[in-house]
Amino acid sequence: MSESLHLELGMTDDEYASVVAVLDRPPADAELAMYSVMWSEHCSYKSSRDWLDRFRSDYPWVVLGPGENAGVVDLGDGWLAALRIESHNHPSYVEPYQGAATGVGGILRDIFAMGARPVAVWDAIRFGPLTDSKNRYLFGGVVSGIAGYGNAVGVPTLGGEVEFAERFSNNPLVNVMALGLMKRDQLVTRAAAGAGNVAILLGASTGRDGIGGASILASTSFDEDSSAKRPSVQVGDPFEEKKLIEACLELYENDLVVAIQDLGAAGISCATSESAAAGGMGMTVDLDRVHLRETAMTAAEILLSESQERMLVIVEPGDVADVLATAEKWEINASEIGTLTEGELLEVTMNGVPVASVPAASLAENGPRYRRPAKQPGDLEAIWANAPMLPAVVDVADTVLRMLDDPALADRSWVSEQYDHMLFLQTVVEPGHDGSLLRIRETTKGLAVSTDGDALRCFLDPHRGAERIVYESALNVAVTGAAPYALVDNLNFGNPEKPEIMWQFIETVEGVAAACESLAVPVVGGNVSFYNETDGVDIYPTPVVGMLGFCDPMPAIPPRLDRAQHGMDLWLIGPESGKDFAGSAYSRIVLDNLGGRPAAVTRDIGNAVVAHAVRLASIVPVLHDVSAGGLAVAIAEICIRSGVGASIAEPTWELLLDEAPSRFLAVVPAGDDLGIHDVPARRIGVMGGDKIDFGSNGSAALEEATTVWREAIPRRMDISPSRGVA
Amino acid sequence: MKTAVIVFPGSNCEHDVAQVLRSLGAEPELVFHRDRDLTGADGIVLPGGFAHGDYLRTGAIARFSPVMAEVERHAAAGTPVIGICNGFQILTEAGLLPGAMVANRGLRFICRHVLVRVESTDSVLTRNAGLGDVLRIPLNSYQGNFVLDTDRLAALEDRGGVLFRYVDEKGHPDHTINGATIAGIANAAGNVAGLMPHPERASDGLLGSSDGLVLLESFVASMAKLPA
Repeated sequence: MSESLHLELGMTDDEYASVVAVLDRPPADAELAMYSVMWSEHCSYKSSRDWLDRFRSDYPWVVLGPGENAGVVDLGDGWLAALRIESHNHPSYVEPYQGAATGVGGILRDIFAMGARPVAVWDAIRFGPLTDSKNRYLFGGVVSGIAGYGNAVGVPTLGGEVEFAERFSNNPLVNVMALGLMKRDQLVTRAAAGAGNVAILLGASTGRDGIGGASILASTSFDEDSSAKRPSVQVGDPFEEKKLIEACLELYENDLVVAIQDLGAAGISCATSESAAAGGMGMTVDLDRVHLRETAMTAAEILLSESQERMLVIVEPGDVADVLATAEKWEINASEIGTLTEGELLEVTMNGVPVASVPAASLAENGPRYRRPAKQPGDLEAIWANAPMLPAVVDVADTVLRMLDDPALADRSWVSEQYDHMLFLQTVVEPGHDGSLLRIRETTKGLAVSTDGDALRCFLDPHRGAERIVYESALNVAVTGAAPYALVDNLNFGNPEKPEIMWQFIETVEGVAAACESLAVPVVGGNVSFYNETDGVDIYPTPVVGMLGFCDPMPAIPPRLDRAQHGMDLWLIGPESGKDFAGSAYSRIVLDNLGGRPAAVTRDIGNAVVAHAVRLASIVPVLHDVSAGGLAVAIAEICIRSGVGASIAEPTWELLLDEAPSRFLAVVPAGDDLGIHDVPARRIGVMGGDKIDFGSNGSAALEEATTVWREAIPRRMDISPSRGVA
Repeated sequence: MKTAVIVFPGSNCEHDVAQVLRSLGAEPELVFHRDRDLTGADGIVLPGGFAHGDYLRTGAIARFSPVMAEVERHAAAGTPVIGICNGFQILTEAGLLPGAMVANRGLRFICRHVLVRVESTDSVLTRNAGLGDVLRIPLNSYQGNFVLDTDRLAALEDRGGVLFRYVDEKGHPDHTINGATIAGIANAAGNVAGLMPHPERASDGLLGSSDGLVLLESFVASMAKLPA
């Protein structure tokens, strides 16, 4: 074997030496290939794992925390929810449609690998500014990829979020969260058990697509040659996945499954080693039995292929015939590729010849771990000192019109209308609100979900920024009608070999963990995406959290943004400051300032505000979180969605445009007293008229605001001869 | 009365439509596309989804599924048959309804509530509705742009075969949604009907609209052979 093969495969000399030590001999080529992928950053979390222990999941309603394919929480009456979030950043940059599509496919497999039917998907996506044609191409491609796969696979996409910043121009972020539902007796895990049990590979045939996706695409930085990596992107087939979902759910229903594991990064290597290691078993695998789509594939190629839409299911020998019959019914391939053994060895043969014999756990669980050096970026204090210079007088109405035209604040219907968001007759609050709300059929239960990130603020202060997105997410599900119940996080960062990036990561983990602990929300799963760096430029540190809220009973008439009516009172609940402009939409869009230091969340007040929102959600028509764009934009959004103006008796422009955390709006019948005394709450105006009237701070016509807000994304994306690009 | 809800690989609205039909007193049964026996079915639903993946023209493969011969026999015998979205596409491919679907004018998938006006009450899908009623029902499709050659279109219009037309807020026919103005049609006997919007998704005010109920109630009444 060539001396440098491990380097070509992305492995360091030290890591290679560790493999030799584990095996007590030099690895064969196929073995080395397996280790190179399983020990990649993407699969092994080698730079992050030590820090992730900080997250707590030891709460009574958590059935399974991090470590399985998805986290699982108890909803009572035998119902369980499975949730998970993952990134598909690099593939989506190289090939936006397929990158995003296979991101959806991958996360769905994580959900139904737990026994749950996937019921909803959310996408948190980030791009460079839409003034650039390449960013428009990436944005359009990613959205149509999500739609193309999600709609056809028959799982509704209930929203997510979209952000734009220059730092994402050459490294867009595509994070996808999925939710599944099941009854408790359907729960399965990956832990293989029972020597003599059979490993069956279900689903698509195995080809050369996606080889090295985890190590080549996901675990290295990018440069101008990245398009050469296109062959490492997988191609999705939602129809195959749909059949696979139905077949697996039928297998669970008929109690034919001992354990199951999806095939994602590192393909058969990962699925067999993780399943065996989780059960403390060994496994023999015969690669001649794998159904292939190409000829003359080598053992390493078969082991590492990331061909999509495949599952590895462990079944008892007596059930094999029934499993094969179910596969035949759904017209999917099924091959008996392995057998569980006592011991710990994963033994792989091809053409009757051993090609690999390694301890399963050494691949799946005992990879390297790094405590990489960390240090605060040297320029951070200078960035803090560069706080926005605030003018004395601001026309708030003009400013709001300008902000409503910003694609990150504008109407997202252009995105969400491409997604089937109504399947399963469960969507009570659809995309376009603070969170989405879905009901569980034949129960009184409801689930709210919000995904939240805030890249710029997390760049300015990773710890504070991370706490703020957790609190914002909690408030988003609360104003949608549900109490925060569990969280998954997707931590998107640059190159961890830079101490400044590692510092951002550690600060972020601490921020997310502290906020969750304070809210008593378990972190039940997550994903770390490092090496989001192109040509030496790292992305903003971008944690994205997916908050699951739970309510039982669900509010009979949950709050919506479009239920404000003429004559109703508008209330603001939560602490005001008028000073929190660092990282605000106003500073970014109007002042062109990206500096300053964001305020920290005051946790006990934040908790109280969330609790009030949950309580009010059962009794008031409109609740709305105040976030990007501040109070003024939040008011405008209610006006636009409800088709009614508002008059605001607000004295200073600063209180209308700053973004102090833990605040929300309530629209209530005139004269109602909200009875809130432990946190600030005051009536700030009244609904009515055809203007958004900020008094001495200016007034905007509702119709104009509506048009600006609706057209902001379409006028940039729908380019035709009669419709130029702004 | 028993309603056969046909499940093709790739169908995804079968549980939704069955749930609403059950709430209206019907007895829906999921029938797999390989089955060849629809004995005892008082009505047949081809639900929405992506039958066989729809990688070819939508419905082009589904029309060859084994169950379709039996669907055609029932249709000819006068059994109420409705196709929703992908089901409508399959009915046109099978020749049970005229026309074909092409991609939406904007070349993007569309999922949102649209307004449709009832143009004929002479079908199993519209008999309980009022002529001229405007219903708010979700559309959810990529190939939903109904096309038909001029002569046959004239014939369809003449015989009152157009059941639904997309309209705007003012009630004017609206071709800006997906390129077509026709949202649903029926055969000459009125027992086979197809529409692109999803009435089962407009069955509960909590989900945004209950305007679709009258259509599924029409279908249930037709299956029960109630006098119109």
